[in-house]
Amino acid sequence: MTLLSIDWFFIIEKVLLISGVLVLSLVVAMYSTWGERKVAAWIQDRFGPNRAGFMGLLQPLADGGKLFFKEEIIPSTSNRFLFILGPSIAMLVACMTSAVIPWGDTLVIAGRPVSLQIADVNIGILFIFGVVSMGVYGIMIGGWASNNKFSLLASVRAASQIISYELPMGLALIALLMLTGSLSLKDIVEQQRHGLWNVVYQPLGFFIFLICAFAECNRAPFDLPEAENELNGGYHLEYSSMKLGFFLFAEYINMFISSALIATMYFGGYAFPWMDSLGLDPNIVTILGFLALFIKTLFFIFFFMWVRWTVPRFRYDQLMRLGWKIMIPLALFNMLITGALILARQQ
Amino acid sequence: MVLSVVALVSALGVVLSKNPVTSVLCLIITFFTIAGHYIMMNAQFLAVVHIIVYAGAIMVLFLYVLMLMNLNAELEPQKRNWLKYAGAISGGALLVVLVAALRDASMPALSAESTDIGLIKNLGMLLFKQYVVPFEVSSILFLSAMVGAVVIGKKD
Repeated sequence: MTLLSIDWFFIIEKVLLISGVLVLSLVVAMYSTWGERKVAAWIQDRFGPNRAGFMGLLQPLADGGKLFFKEEIIPSTSNRFLFILGPSIAMLVACMTSAVIPWGDTLVIAGRPVSLQIADVNIGILFIFGVVSMGVYGIMIGGWASNNKFSLLASVRAASQIISYELPMGLALIALLMLTGSLSLKDIVEQQRHGLWNVVYQPLGFFIFLICAFAECNRAPFDLPEAENELNGGYHLEYSSMKLGFFLFAEYINMFISSALIATMYFGGYAFPWMDSLGLDPNIVTILGFLALFIKTLFFIFFFMWVRWTVPRFRYDQLMRLGWKIMIPLALFNMLITGALILARQQ
Repeated sequence: MVLSVVALVSALGVVLSKNPVTSVLCLIITFFTIAGHYIMMNAQFLAVVHIIVYAGAIMVLFLYVLMLMNLNAELEPQKRNWLKYAGAISGGALLVVLVAALRDASMPALSAESTDIGLIKNLGMLLFKQYVVPFEVSSILFLSAMVGAVVIGKKD
């Protein structure tokens, strides 16, 4: 009986949505590698990839194919199980965050409202936080299982960097939560739809969150876990073939997801100006909203690349000092100001 | 049911595994299954915080230390026999106390639908209205522990 009472449409809808979001993040991550090289070339006044296909558009496929067909080497001194587990966790965790991001408002298909968000849980932000804190394991396990001192050093660097920057990130988010009064990302977007974008109220919080997102993704100027000159590479030093590809790919997915998160939390998500006064069919507004979110996300991905190719990287002690002695006090200050302003407005 | 089995198996894995790193990984799985139990009891907030704090922060530090120490089964000094017996006896004594304590406790039947206490709104209301004093006292306790750790660390 229980089997019959399951809402099959609900399951089909969610399965389609999950596959759609997954495919979207994979394709975006794939083309971010192309975009990264194009942006780098543009900034350095070069051509970038232009051989495979029109404007080099087939380059990511060629790279992926190359990685798949390369010889796979598992070092004999490594812990075999953990060695494979490392990149798997990195990839899994990178794909999990997208579940709570609202990609759009509801579509009405054949009389059924279909929400373009996989799971509207009332602890959305905390869920993201939990998943992000899991991201360390992929790198740590991979680095340790390689049984190579350079990999281990790099993974220790990555872990301490991620843990240190999680704190100011959380504090910046607390200020945002005090403002919105909800942990659900959907509610946060809906509030921005009917008011101003959160970045207007939280400029400092946005700034802190952006910097921490850079550090969490191990992107330049905080890409210390990958250092050719000191570490011979990084935590993926011993990896070859697609397992290396997964580590690199997870980084790009993380970048996509953080950009989407920044756009959702501080830049209105799928909301765009005058979206309620256009007088269009709600379905079209929803699709336009999704496109708006996508454009905002692409802008932040571009911003990530822009920073990478213009700002020189930090030294490791500078990175730690920035995290603990500047970002955390700033985030606390931001929280205090926000709280004081909210109290003052209530009275 | 499946969750409980996984929890028990991974908990056994923590104790029985020879490699400390595998032990830690088993413990992480255990934490995840416990978080799963919380979700089934409609306590999402507790579940996520459990994952963030235990699996995300504390176990990372554990793993960190273990990886840097790089313990090996061969290099580990053999523990003396009387130590093993002492451990077994004290563990057994603890078990007896726990069983005795739990035997008389009445277990109210848990029903997942009726409790909304784990949802973040209700939990916040409860913590900051009814239980403010214990909540603040525990935070002071944490603060003193942190200060203590810094003092010990500074001594060199």
